[in-house]
Amino acid sequence: MQIKLSVNIGRLKLKNPVMVASGTFGYAREFTDFFNPKELGAIVTKTITLKPRQGNPAPRTCETPAGLLNSIGLENPGLEVFIREKLPLLKKMGAPIIISIASEDDPEEFIKLAGRLDKIKEIAAIELNISCPNIQGRAHLISQDPEATYLAVNKVRRVTQKVIITKLSPNVTDIAEIAQAAEKAGTDAVALINTITGMSIDVKTRKPRIASVTGGLSGPAVRPVAVRMVRDVYKKIKIPIIGMGGIIDASSALEFIIAGAAAVSVGTANFINPKASVDIIKGIKDYLLKNKIKDINSLIGTLKA
Amino acid sequence: MLQIKTKITYNKKIKGSYFRIALKAPGIAVKALPGQFINIKVSDSCEPLLRRPFGVHRVKKDDIEALYEVVGPATQILSQRKPGEYLDVIGPLGNGFTPVIKNKPLNILIAGGMGVAPLVFLAEKLKKSKNVVLIGAKTKEQIMCEKEFKDLGCEVKVATDDGSTGFKGYVSGFLEEVLSGAHYPKSVVYACGPRPMLKEISRISKKYNISAQVSLEEHMACGVGACLGCVTNTRSGFKRVCKEGPVFNGDEIIW
Repeated sequence: MQIKLSVNIGRLKLKNPVMVASGTFGYAREFTDFFNPKELGAIVTKTITLKPRQGNPAPRTCETPAGLLNSIGLENPGLEVFIREKLPLLKKMGAPIIISIASEDDPEEFIKLAGRLDKIKEIAAIELNISCPNIQGRAHLISQDPEATYLAVNKVRRVTQKVIITKLSPNVTDIAEIAQAAEKAGTDAVALINTITGMSIDVKTRKPRIASVTGGLSGPAVRPVAVRMVRDVYKKIKIPIIGMGGIIDASSALEFIIAGAAAVSVGTANFINPKASVDIIKGIKDYLLKNKIKDINSLIGTLKA
Repeated sequence: MLQIKTKITYNKKIKGSYFRIALKAPGIAVKALPGQFINIKVSDSCEPLLRRPFGVHRVKKDDIEALYEVVGPATQILSQRKPGEYLDVIGPLGNGFTPVIKNKPLNILIAGGMGVAPLVFLAEKLKKSKNVVLIGAKTKEQIMCEKEFKDLGCEVKVATDDGSTGFKGYVSGFLEEVLSGAHYPKSVVYACGPRPMLKEISRISKKYNISAQVSLEEHMACGVGACLGCVTNTRSGFKRVCKEGPVFNGDEIIW
């Protein structure tokens, strides 16, 4: 049986629904020893800011039950160095490249970032990271406020023709409301969830286990929260959802698709099994074959409830 | 870097809570250099979720060996794994020691606690040189690999925090005593152990105008340079312990 795995994210066609999540795949270079990244639906880069960022002090990560708490702090070389030194290799990967961008102090930075990237034809889409929990001194995230979300997305929409994906924070009362604001502002898709804020304490020393005290939780521990949020958002918007949060195998990826995600992102699992994403692509295909489903699109949002 | 399902050749208790494991991994064994590490998934479940890094302790033909202490749930699980079972291993990872052979220097290898593990492999590579090994531990019972170093022709000196054997005090203090008591103009220091020890070793080495290669430890998520979790601050900004390290020049680190 011929199985159709391709899905559309706005005008962007992915040959399969499995991407790698921002911040878990570097700029792809670190993974080429393990598999050919052209097998992926898409690659989402580590977030780029306008200026270089040194990131947060160490320790930056700690393991928690079935989870990973991190506070990297968006360490990146800045837009121009990224374009000069990282992008050439990314362009050769053979998978669609999605550039994750974030503003530091001023949402206007999104305009400069998106405007510059708009001119580079090999870039398939831009992901707006308005939901990183680890920028110090910032009391609220853009994605914690529907109005701020609308304004940020709308500003970017005005300067680029590229497909826009808006990445949402789970650290909100009603994520569907934020997703609707992004949709109204013209995003092509939403990606959820970013990490859940959390902390972990070493009781021997009474110190936090990561230097920034709080960080973002990812890994299988967060998956039920993420699946529920995808379901909530799916009921309220028309545009595609990219689901993520603790996907480690085909079965966990399929949960998101059934809940309503058109595509999924593999994140923390890349740290454990660098080939996790390609194993998941194969596993999804096997599931479709076994269940005689010809087209992955006919599985999206088919929750029986 | 390779990702291999390796078969456990043996996994034995040495003494107390210390174990040595050997894994059949020809691809990794042929490439591994002293100071590099392997990243082991100790179970197939989500507990523990992440791999655990271990310095390459020895290479015996197709086998790579790691020396470990049971300190938490992950090493506890590892200690229960049986010969014939398979473990998913990635390696060899990181930048190891740079053995200095030119001009026949005196090599001073300094281990704190489990820091002995990669230095045995280094001592094998430095076999033709004159090597002094300083091993430090809390007590006599925790001094490891004395025999292995002696068998490799090294002069071995030990220090214990409680004075139960050898020099009483930290191995860094012991280094100071060794260096002040004799003239070692052509020495190279290689050290592995806890961060405060490495800081002292670097300070003392600098004082005696000796170069120090130190192997750092930091919490790692991926081990391959992707997550940016294991950084350490250096004179040229944050560097990844798993990728640019774990071995750095002591002078380069901002302690």
